[in-house]
Amino acid sequence: MAVIRDMMPVFELFQPASIDEALNLLDAHRGDVWVLGGGMDSFDWLKDRTKRVSTVVDLSQVGELRGIKEANGGLEIGATTTLTEVVHHPVVREKFRILAEAAEMVASPQIRNQATLGGNVSQDTRCWYYRSGWSCYRAGGNICYADTPTAINREHAILQQDRCVAVSPSDTAPALIALDAEFVIRSTGGERVVKAEEYFLGPQIDITHMTVLRPGELLTAIRIPATWANAQFYWEKVRDRNVWDFPLVNVASAMKLSGTTISDVRIAVGAVAARPLRLTAVEAATKGKPRTEETASAAGELAIQGATPLRYNAYKIPLMRNLVKRAIRGNAQATT
Amino acid sequence: MAENTNKLIGQNYTTPDIVAKVTGKAKYAEDYRVDGMLWTKLMLSPMPHARVKNIDVSAALAMPGVKAIITADDLPEAQGGGTLGEGVQASNQGEKILTKEPAYEGEPILAVAAVDELTAAEAIEKIVVEYEPLPFVVDPIEGLRPGSPNARLQGNTWFARQAAPPPAGAAAGGAAAGAAGTAPGAAAPPPGAAVAGAATPQQGAAAGASNAPQGGTRGAGPAAAGSAPAAGAAAGARAGGPPAGAPPRPEIQELKWEQADFDEAAKTGHMPTGKPAPGSEWTFGNPEEGFKQADLILEETFVSQSTGHQPLETRSAMAYWQNGKLFLYGSTQSTVQTIGSVARWVGIKPTELVLVSEYTGGGFGSKIPGAISMAIPALLSKKAQAPVMMRISREEEHYIGRARSGIHSRVKVGFRKDGKITAIDLYAVGDNGPYEAQGDYRSVGNTVSLCYQPAHMRFRGITVLTNTPPRTSQRAPGGMQGNGLMEPVMAKAARKLGIDEVEIHKINAPHGKAPFGPAVARGRQAYVTSCFIPEALDKGRELFNWDEKKARSGKRVGTKVRGCGVAVSAYSGGSTGFDGLFVIKPDGRVQFQSGIGNHGTHSVIDVHRVAAEMIGADWSLCDVVWGDTSKNLPWTSISAGSQTTHAMTRAAHAAATDAIAKLQEIAAKMKGGNPAAYKVGGGKVSGPGGSITLAQAAQKAIELGGKYDGHELPTDINGLTKASAAKLAGMGLMGVAKDNYPRDGQTQSYAVGFAEVEVDVETGKYSIVDFTLIADVGIVVNPRSLQGQAFGGAMLGIGHAISQKWVYDQHYGVPLAKRFHYNRPPTILDKPVEMKFAALNIPDPETPVGARGIGEPPVGAGYGAVMNALAAAVGDEVFRRTPVTPDVILMALEHGGQRQHEALTAHI
Repeated sequence: MAVIRDMMPVFELFQPASIDEALNLLDAHRGDVWVLGGGMDSFDWLKDRTKRVSTVVDLSQVGELRGIKEANGGLEIGATTTLTEVVHHPVVREKFRILAEAAEMVASPQIRNQATLGGNVSQDTRCWYYRSGWSCYRAGGNICYADTPTAINREHAILQQDRCVAVSPSDTAPALIALDAEFVIRSTGGERVVKAEEYFLGPQIDITHMTVLRPGELLTAIRIPATWANAQFYWEKVRDRNVWDFPLVNVASAMKLSGTTISDVRIAVGAVAARPLRLTAVEAATKGKPRTEETASAAGELAIQGATPLRYNAYKIPLMRNLVKRAIRGNAQATT
Repeated sequence: MAENTNKLIGQNYTTPDIVAKVTGKAKYAEDYRVDGMLWTKLMLSPMPHARVKNIDVSAALAMPGVKAIITADDLPEAQGGGTLGEGVQASNQGEKILTKEPAYEGEPILAVAAVDELTAAEAIEKIVVEYEPLPFVVDPIEGLRPGSPNARLQGNTWFARQAAPPPAGAAAGGAAAGAAGTAPGAAAPPPGAAVAGAATPQQGAAAGASNAPQGGTRGAGPAAAGSAPAAGAAAGARAGGPPAGAPPRPEIQELKWEQADFDEAAKTGHMPTGKPAPGSEWTFGNPEEGFKQADLILEETFVSQSTGHQPLETRSAMAYWQNGKLFLYGSTQSTVQTIGSVARWVGIKPTELVLVSEYTGGGFGSKIPGAISMAIPALLSKKAQAPVMMRISREEEHYIGRARSGIHSRVKVGFRKDGKITAIDLYAVGDNGPYEAQGDYRSVGNTVSLCYQPAHMRFRGITVLTNTPPRTSQRAPGGMQGNGLMEPVMAKAARKLGIDEVEIHKINAPHGKAPFGPAVARGRQAYVTSCFIPEALDKGRELFNWDEKKARSGKRVGTKVRGCGVAVSAYSGGSTGFDGLFVIKPDGRVQFQSGIGNHGTHSVIDVHRVAAEMIGADWSLCDVVWGDTSKNLPWTSISAGSQTTHAMTRAAHAAATDAIAKLQEIAAKMKGGNPAAYKVGGGKVSGPGGSITLAQAAQKAIELGGKYDGHELPTDINGLTKASAAKLAGMGLMGVAKDNYPRDGQTQSYAVGFAEVEVDVETGKYSIVDFTLIADVGIVVNPRSLQGQAFGGAMLGIGHAISQKWVYDQHYGVPLAKRFHYNRPPTILDKPVEMKFAALNIPDPETPVGARGIGEPPVGAGYGAVMNALAAAVGDEVFRRTPVTPDVILMALEHGGQRQHEALTAHI
């Protein structure tokens, strides 16, 4: 069959008005259904005809999936809340600033108006081999085109490579991990709640899926506990362009200080592995230490233990090291 | 800047097309609809190089709603001729509209017309094509390795067919071949040779063009000015052979370098240099002697990337046939100069075409004579007997939308202690894409010669065919790459010699009638009409606050370090020999006929203000007709090569001069006295016998007839102008004339760029905090538009410095970055935080209005200035290729400031 791109194919479109209706549709069409949020990931796959389904369930009319509620001192954010809404929400800005900062660095204003928070964390990898429709491991084949002697893999993984070397492209995911968020997943069988860092899967667990979502399941909400409200936050994303670009590496940290001592900390890094990585070793090594350049440097070195470069992405190792250092140090100014 | 006493020239105004643009009422090609219109989708090659063995369209044609399919078999005889046995026409090795030997992934194989795009797409999925894969190469240096695959079955580079290759090492032989105009890239009409770049003095000089005004040849041969098969009205080409007396067609042959060339380079880390293409070598002076005089010799390899033009309006087109004529709604840079190219592609006479292109959403060199893909809806419409709309998607634009030739280059430069360059030895390898010979690599040599004025210089080069999308001139083709190669060397030399960076540019700057390039006649170099780069450097030093910024350059504050840099650039700034045409009507309005394309530069309107100013017309009573070839347009320059403002203000001046003489004669006839005693101004013609209005003069002109109202026309104007003027005859007083003004030298324009960057040394991420551009482009015609062009051009260069690129996997020969967010053209947030602009406003002495073009020079200035600012911030050894992305900087800083990036691999 000859290939043609950039031309939306025919499919049956459902626009349910409630979560239950949506879940029933997912059940009824299981195996041949696509869940459409803001469309910023979906449209590429559908228009390029690289992923084909006969049914699309559009969540845009499900009011209960959208909006931000205060709950138990924290927040519950509906999965189809747009990134723009997240960015401008007063409580997000006041108490959980890294999420607003991360969301505001996603893509461009136009895309943020359309893109959803649920979509941003659930989007597929941007590996250009996979996105070109090549039959790689992630697409169900038996090769990784991004890990060959001629592969151009500047934007690929340095950690947890396991056959596939694609990376998680999400900016909000590391921020949500740092905030110890929980992801609410529903199906017709009920509801389950997973920790942010457990929502994402590496290739060693599942090489064809980026998240724990299974057929018939819907990510309905993201809960941010009060635990880290108004903590010391650090967010940074390094990208080639100042807008409309995925991260080369991003980092998010939330920290509690007792005087100058780090009493508690959570830190996560994105775009270095197939899933956003919570750096538990760094957290453990940093807790109880003074917040100094020395502690920060040690954290940076620890973070990159085991990192392995591909042909074109060796820079990600010092970049990740320095971003972790900065996330622990707490500002962009070196003391040297 | 002298006080401007003009009412129109040098004054800001609102162009008559602007309201439609900002309200969305402007109709671009894709906005047209006609009854019964079909839609088409293209099937593109999935392989970088293949032979189509068989196409089975039966299932597609059986689908309801599918109306017609065209393949390479449906192309007109114009594309015919004997074959070389591989489906490639013997007389034409250039690009086809559709092909059976695709030479890059994404090349159109066939087109389906259907009742809607979805049906056309579904039909394409039902078509079965059998391909035989062929060897391919996507990297020009790899394409020169002994035993490497060739991008085309015939070879890997363009040769002049009838010129014997020069003896090895015989520079003179190469120069002679160039002088005969036989080299690829020469301004020769055959499709294989015709590239837009050939229109530039850079390449003209390289090809051995004389120093005489180029306008004559260019005016006579629209083909040469066009890009791609352009060739315009070249009837000879349609007949399948070159016109008698035309230079021989170049053809594709194989030229591989020696293994020893590669071995030498592997030792030094430099680009290998082997045998140049025949005719692609010249020497001026005695470089060996020049290097002996040098106190400092720097040798560097530099790689600039190929980039898509990516105009925001893709090359969509709609076509239908009516009463034996083709009506084509397309997107082109040059209205009149697109007639010949479309006629040739479609296989009709120029008089059988009506082309409408009122608004064009950018071209940057990629739509100079329209686009070869315009022929697809035209031919499909003929077969389907219905109008056909072809909307080109962004990914399709990536493939068929043209691109800049990336240049691999190596240069050796000798400097005296005082900063003066003693000699330059330069080798440029162009990434040609699979089709028409590109001249970027030649322009590198001429730009370097002009901008840095070495007394001794050797240039060698070759353009290597690759299985990547077709190239054509992109804004400052070769010029940008030449400045990119040299500017980091200039900055490094300044630091090594302890000379201020602005000063070292001044010491080596061209000035006045500066010479450049190879010897063209009696051992002398070509020279320019005028140049004021030293003045521009002085002005920029002040406006940019160079001395203060330099004082903090390279000093680290926290994790941030700033750096500032300066760069000069030059590019062709104008052609000559075109016609002006307007009518003063009895109602007092003046109607200007504009054959210039409306692709955002405003020259389509601006140039006519010169004539309005001269005849004293109130601008509110002036109308400009443009964008439709049925509307009686005059012979006009291409809107490219920074030619238009120069060429068409001259034509406007000539037509206005003609009208003024007629006005004076009419006033004298009506009011008595000597015509010369009458003055034109303020909407009147006044003299000893009193005054008449322009309206009265127009009425009288109609009564008098003859030359006054266009019934008698000058004999030297172009046939196209004659035909247009004949249709306007009798409507009023006609101003019509050819630009016959003399010109001594080649017209070039210049820009100087200053940039300051701030780099975060822990991430490699940087921002451009300040940028200043000074233009030496003669008299300013439209200040606001000039600034827009200056900043736009600079941004195009800056995009090459900071982020924009192509990405290819060499093993599979296919692109990975096909959409904007992967190709990374610069965004509005990547532009310098501060941008300042000034024009010298010094008139060019070799053109009556004093104006030269602005389009291209800012590109190299932006590109070089940002690179030099980066080098000042983080070191001279951090990068030797672009784009300079954060990873390049960070990795070098991790390794003592020594670059870690790959030296030569293309498209990474």
